[in-house]
Amino acid sequence: METPPAKPNVPALQMEGVAVGSLHDPSAIVAEEVNWTVAPGDYWVVAGSQGSGKSDFLMMAASLIAPRGGRYRMFGEDMPVFEDARLKVRLRLGLVFDGGQLFHHLTITENIALPLRYHQNLAQGEAEAAARGLLGVMELTPWANRTPATLGRSWQKRAGLARALALQPDVLLVDNPLAGLDLRHTHWWLGFLDQLSKGHPLTGGRPVTLVVTTADLRPWKGHARQFAILKSQRLVVLGAWAQLAAASEDLLHELLTERIETE
Amino acid sequence: MAFDRLVRRNYAAVVHIGKISALGSPHTRGLSHLPLPRTLTHYLGRGLFRFLLTVQGLGAFALITLGVMISKFGVARRLMRPRVREEIARAGVRLLPMFLFMSAALGLLVIGQAVSWLTRVGAIDYLGAIMVIVVVRELGPLATALLVLARIGTANVIELGTARAMGEVEALEALGIDPVHYLIVPRVIGMALGVFALTVYLILGALLSGYVWAFLQDVPLRPEEYLRQLAGSLRGLDFVLLALKTLAFGSVIALVTCYHGLAQPLRLEQVSEATVAAVAQSIIVCVLIDALFIIIYLTT
Repeated sequence: METPPAKPNVPALQMEGVAVGSLHDPSAIVAEEVNWTVAPGDYWVVAGSQGSGKSDFLMMAASLIAPRGGRYRMFGEDMPVFEDARLKVRLRLGLVFDGGQLFHHLTITENIALPLRYHQNLAQGEAEAAARGLLGVMELTPWANRTPATLGRSWQKRAGLARALALQPDVLLVDNPLAGLDLRHTHWWLGFLDQLSKGHPLTGGRPVTLVVTTADLRPWKGHARQFAILKSQRLVVLGAWAQLAAASEDLLHELLTERIETE
Repeated sequence: MAFDRLVRRNYAAVVHIGKISALGSPHTRGLSHLPLPRTLTHYLGRGLFRFLLTVQGLGAFALITLGVMISKFGVARRLMRPRVREEIARAGVRLLPMFLFMSAALGLLVIGQAVSWLTRVGAIDYLGAIMVIVVVRELGPLATALLVLARIGTANVIELGTARAMGEVEALEALGIDPVHYLIVPRVIGMALGVFALTVYLILGALLSGYVWAFLQDVPLRPEEYLRQLAGSLRGLDFVLLALKTLAFGSVIALVTCYHGLAQPLRLEQVSEATVAAVAQSIIVCVLIDALFIIIYLTT
């Protein structure tokens, strides 16, 4: 499937007065009046405490749930959910779930190869050959033929990342990537997302627009370039790290759990 | 009384604005969690609502599946063809050993009972006709459908329900893969063809084992006479209706079990409840289809 050409000066994601519902509770609203623009090449961190609706926010941004109000555009196209005509636009965006959400009946290689097989109609061997490159970068080669249940959560997350990158998306949404990781995995994720943001060989050297959610802002200092927080059903756009110090949000200080050190 | 008012207001509201979802309205979904009604009228009304919602949901799900089957025909062939083959093997080939045993048992069951009674009334010439009516038209297809439901249908609900509860369906959607195309269409095709093929094997096995059991009971019936009786009792319509009935059984079992596994948001603890509902509804729909075919047999 060919990727549609990028329109110049068009935001990657744009929300105007958007209300975000919940995936699991159709009657709940997790955020209202969201006005937010993500430009190509941005590296956003959206922070919020547990249960603030970060995952639902990303699900909506990935077009998995429809906005409950307002207008949401992806690469300049209005995004109704599950419409085949918009599939090419939707495939320019990848989503990495908090728990990886791998398909338990497939091996790690098959998981990564699945989108290639479906959208590019590749034979199993061809798709798995393409997936091997991703497995190598994610350091997953030793577990290539194992099913997800036999892997630790940290490695499942990496497999989820590899699967989301299989179609070389322009925008990558990553849900809580650092939750529950040890120091080694945390450093790997931060380093890898930095490379993606600057341009990684996996994406042909093209910078990937990143939106990451987190419950702890501290690790993202020096990595992400823009910050926002989800609080009391509102998305508060804060700006760069240096501007966090000026922000008066109580939640911000909870998410940092220490005084902000600005350069 | 609170139950009555709540239902009337919510249901009427969603009907009025035309927002009853094919997969269960959030307003009416609460019906299943409300306290038990106190009068027979409440009980019947609640049952009727739930029945109508289930019929609506199943009908919509069947139409969606049919639509996807047609609109995505040829999409991702290199992935979907092996998926369909795998489902045919799962709902057909791998069940053959069990069906060989069942065919021997069915032959014994029918012949063992029938021979004794036919010999007493001197009507052993009707053995072939009885085998055709009981095995070919009725027991063969229905027993196959129920066995496939027990072996594969329940597995469908558990697999899909677990996948749904674990967020795998959202993962498919995030990858731009239609869950109905990837998960349901192969199962419907596989189960329809599986039930059809297994029924044919079950019938052939039962007819053969029936003769063996008759032979062991010293019934004075030569093989060619038995075959002549069978051929004389079979009509061309039997073959057509057998194919239609078994394909319908297989499709319906796949649709009902997949509907309960996939079409409604589930938590892990709800999967067993969904399995029970899927089995009960599959049996009811199969019996209704069977009754429809009995009417067709009787009127043609």
